[in-house]
Amino acid sequence: MAMRYRKERLDRGIKVRCDDVFALSSYREILYLAMPRVLPVAILLLFPLLKGVVGLYWEKTLVVTCTVSLLALSWDLMASVGLISLGQALFFGAGAYLTGYLNYAFKLSPIVTIPLGTLGGALFSTLLLLPVLRLRGIYFAIVTLTLPLLLGRFIETTKILGGGEGMSGLSPLPNIWFELYVAVFALLVCLFSFRRLINEDYGLVLQGIRDNDRAVMSGAISIYRFKIQAVFIAGLAASFAGAFMTHYYQFVGMSAFAMDYSIVPLTAAVLGGPGTFAGSVIGAFILVPLSEALRGFGTLRVVFYSAILIICVVALPEGIFHYMRRKYHQFERLTEIG
Amino acid sequence: MEDRTILEVETVTKWFGGVAAIVNVSFSLQKGELLGVIGPNGSGKTTLVNLLTGFVKPNSGKIIYQRKDIAGQQPHKVAALGIARTFQMAKPFYQLSAFKNLIIPLYSPRVKKLRGGKYGDRDDVAIDLLEDVGFERDSSVPYKIASSLPHGYVKRLELARCLALRPDLLILDELFSGMSMAEVAGTLPIIEKLNVEGLSIIMVEHRLKELFRVAHRVMVLNFGAKVVEGSPSEVMASDAVKAAYLGSEDDA
Repeated sequence: MAMRYRKERLDRGIKVRCDDVFALSSYREILYLAMPRVLPVAILLLFPLLKGVVGLYWEKTLVVTCTVSLLALSWDLMASVGLISLGQALFFGAGAYLTGYLNYAFKLSPIVTIPLGTLGGALFSTLLLLPVLRLRGIYFAIVTLTLPLLLGRFIETTKILGGGEGMSGLSPLPNIWFELYVAVFALLVCLFSFRRLINEDYGLVLQGIRDNDRAVMSGAISIYRFKIQAVFIAGLAASFAGAFMTHYYQFVGMSAFAMDYSIVPLTAAVLGGPGTFAGSVIGAFILVPLSEALRGFGTLRVVFYSAILIICVVALPEGIFHYMRRKYHQFERLTEIG
Repeated sequence: MEDRTILEVETVTKWFGGVAAIVNVSFSLQKGELLGVIGPNGSGKTTLVNLLTGFVKPNSGKIIYQRKDIAGQQPHKVAALGIARTFQMAKPFYQLSAFKNLIIPLYSPRVKKLRGGKYGDRDDVAIDLLEDVGFERDSSVPYKIASSLPHGYVKRLELARCLALRPDLLILDELFSGMSMAEVAGTLPIIEKLNVEGLSIIMVEHRLKELFRVAHRVMVLNFGAKVVEGSPSEVMASDAVKAAYLGSEDDA
């Protein structure tokens, strides 16, 4: 008698009731679940070691990509509370300038200035945003769009903190390994802690505020407090990016408040699929290297870049990560029946 | 004699621009009482609920809850005192599963304090609460994402969200609106049971027949003012009510 087979989804039998509870009974099932997490982490950790193969240029691109990823993660966390930001450059710039100033004025080592810049930058930006945290949607977005531009012009006209020229000749980071691995570790720590946070009860409250803040209020929870904390936590990630890049470039100037630092992370998060954090990172790891790869086209680069971006967003409106996850769970195998 | 009053509303008035939404409304509620509030559309019922729960500040008047004036307090502070409310337009936390919707109020400082800091079995507490409002415990319904629930379940999830707070006063803003006859018939006994167990309830409702069956007392609002107050049979017999409320139904 001939064997009969039917198709069965790989995740069948693993999932229990809800999407985030699993019952595992074999190595293959563990592998199936762990692969999407382990593989990208392994690649990220190994990439810096391949300097001889990929060249210094792409290793440096990795640093920039990690920075943009941090900004995108920061954007995504704020979006998870319903705060749509058009100005992650605020946190980036605040962290960058504070770090730069501490090094420029007091000659402090990067080991000291980066943590201080991260904390101080996040604190400063959160305080600046305090009065507008009650705003929602487009109103909050407009304020965040304006603030970094305002600070940049303020520094230029008042000539404080180096004015239009910025502060140069800052201490370099120890070596290329330090640069690469600090960037990669910061990204991994941020990614996994944010993913953890949003699934904790604390994160459920944040998501509740996004979906219906009035219902959270009538659940005896002060939404204002949670919004402040979330903005501060998101600010830490973005300010770290700024603080790190200051020493990486050995320079900080008005460009730290540039629109690029607001728009590229936002685009990365939307392209990758907001609300998942992994999506934001995937988005950044597509956009930044793509932008570098297209450099050969000169002025046409922006045209190609934009075209690819539009195609992606139109073809995968749910975001790349959501699409990939759906497809991954739809993998099937043949099983014997009868 | 022991004071059984839980809520005392004294001449509360609320203006929205030039429109008086609530005019000089006074009433009181005893512990364990079920007060019905009815009135035609636009008569100020939801504004009254918003005033009682801190979502709207009154222009004048006092709202004394357990001997404390709560008029104009922030919503989360009012809720922390034990006043829970449903919303007429029930909006669950759409992207969370039903039982996770309840984790949010369970996470509040009020509930933590009531449970003595013990917090380990919150999933079980959430599932129990859902069972109390008629979710089938052993089905997949409690685990379904809220945006995929039928309307009747969404409304009862809203009720469960209130009960998670362990309220002393429950305010239901048209809980039955949009529910089918069968769903109403299934939900009404839940409310009766809560009331019998001692929970004070204010019930704003358009479904008069069901309301009159469970309410101890009914208050009628029209153009923001209290028209009549009394037992369900008194209110049903009142001419002013027929003119304000039922009369308008004849025209339709």
